Amino acid sequence: MSRISKEQVKHVANLARLHVTEDEADMFAKQLDDIISFAEQLNELDTDNVAPTTHVLDLKNVMRKDEPKHWITQEEALKNAPETQDGQIRVPSILE
Amino acid sequence: MSLFDHKLSDIQEMLHKKEISVHDLLDEAYKRIEEVDGEVQAFLTLDEENARARATELDELRGTEEGRGLLFGMPIGIKDNIVTKGVRTTAASQILDNLNDPLYDAHVVQKLNKEEAVSVGKLNMDEFAMGSSNENSSYAATRNPWNTDYVPGGSSGGSAAAVAAGEVPFSLGSDTGGSIRQPAAYCGVVGIKPTYGRVSRFGLIAFASSLDQIGPITRNVEDNAYVLEAIAGYDKMDSTSANVEVPKYTDALTGNVKGLKIAVPKEYLGEGVSEEVKAAVQQSLKVYEDMGATWEEVTLPHSKYALSTYYLLSSSEASANLARFDGVRYGRRSEKAESMIDMFKLSRSEGFGEEVKRRIMLGTFALSSGYYDAYYKKAQKARTLIKQDFEKVFADYDVIIGPTTPTPAFKVGEKTEDPLTMYANDILTIPVNLAGVPGISIPCGFSSQGLPIGLQIIGKHFDESTVYRTAHAYEQATDHHTHKPSLGGANE
Repeated sequence: MSRISKEQVKHVANLARLHVTEDEADMFAKQLDDIISFAEQLNELDTDNVAPTTHVLDLKNVMRKDEPKHWITQEEALKNAPETQDGQIRVPSILE
Repeated sequence: MSLFDHKLSDIQEMLHKKEISVHDLLDEAYKRIEEVDGEVQAFLTLDEENARARATELDELRGTEEGRGLLFGMPIGIKDNIVTKGVRTTAASQILDNLNDPLYDAHVVQKLNKEEAVSVGKLNMDEFAMGSSNENSSYAATRNPWNTDYVPGGSSGGSAAAVAAGEVPFSLGSDTGGSIRQPAAYCGVVGIKPTYGRVSRFGLIAFASSLDQIGPITRNVEDNAYVLEAIAGYDKMDSTSANVEVPKYTDALTGNVKGLKIAVPKEYLGEGVSEEVKAAVQQSLKVYEDMGATWEEVTLPHSKYALSTYYLLSSSEASANLARFDGVRYGRRSEKAESMIDMFKLSRSEGFGEEVKRRIMLGTFALSSGYYDAYYKKAQKARTLIKQDFEKVFADYDVIIGPTTPTPAFKVGEKTEDPLTMYANDILTIPVNLAGVPGISIPCGFSSQGLPIGLQIIGKHFDESTVYRTAHAYEQATDHHTHKPSLGGANE
């Protein structure tokens, strides 16, 4: 049985902010299904008493003081932006 | 004979005696690139103007007390997912195709500058480091210098191919699941993935933040030790970089492995590993025996779960990391979009290649409501078991040795259809990233088709010194690393 439907692919694509065509949705449904089916081998493992590893090093939260310092200028911050206006980044309208 | 056939310490001596200049080294690099890079396609961007200006400065310092940087005058190539101020940085993706003027240098680039290396240009790779063959570059598929019908490996395929082809003596790559070691093996060069946290990731375009590490690719072990020493160390800009002292790695290269205890995991010489690769590894173990080391078979019982664990975790992390590419502040913005959400979706769909989209989709799925515990958290627990496998072995042994890859390089186009077949190239390198330990690949022979085979040496956390000592002793006893591809003729 297929674990991942085409509808699910479209839902996930929306969450990931990706536009997928019908053909791509079909392809991803099959490929992701293959990968997920393969990954389900992990269910063979008894992990009830195993702590998850998020990180291999013994690091605690690393904090620094919240103080202002020089990083880049406004001009630098804008120079790679696709569209700017009045010293700000311009984007399409958010509200209808 | 090329100047790059000499090791770093000899080249530096020639520089300081003023027998050669930094410009001579750049002549060698750019001439060779001109000759062979049309075929190899290792470089995405050349930076000759800046390199020449820097060479002029450094040539003045030859023989003086000022010109004593660890990498003084050395031409180097940099993987294109490492940010270089003012020099185009794309991670081989169309979404960053127009990023011609990045604002800052990655920490490792600052270190290279401080140690007086000279950047020649930026190296091709699989898009966002996702791939094992360089066929996922959105620009060109880099070719293996030993036989250009074959892939160079990936994702640091450009970094390995450029060194193997004699275009640069050293390069930097990055390794998330084998992306330095696998192409180093396929191209017959030396590549190390340092301990997680050893090298700052500041300015490395993130793929999977809990796994990514930058490391050097070189022709020999000694040069590799020099370059790692130059780039390693704590950086306050990377909160996962470790505040652990960096030893002088070249001091470890004693040539002595008497009494060294080697573990050989039976899973690394099992099903799927070709007979030629097995034979090369067994021959290498014989070399170690002859030098007074001992080896025993051990087990890393959770190895077979590493691939699933890796793809769930790395794709999940990638889906979060790549959310930043949204067409707002930099990079590609779709011209078709009329609303903000459309702009995100269209910019990303036009800018990302198929493999990158596939992994973002997989990661988003694994992290989505209702699936998080079953996939992402399960994989994190499996990671614990894999890590514990290594801890158990390292309680009794100094290093783990096995092949770097199950087979030598495969042909261009051979594995592009099925993602799972492609992923299987990395089964012997991925566990090392999951455990966070250091691993090196060094040349240990050739297949009947004349393609290089890599030997992988894995060490304890922060014990790159023992890894280098083990690798160097082997190199001293063999001559595999002295072979060069006949590409373009003039490299002989």
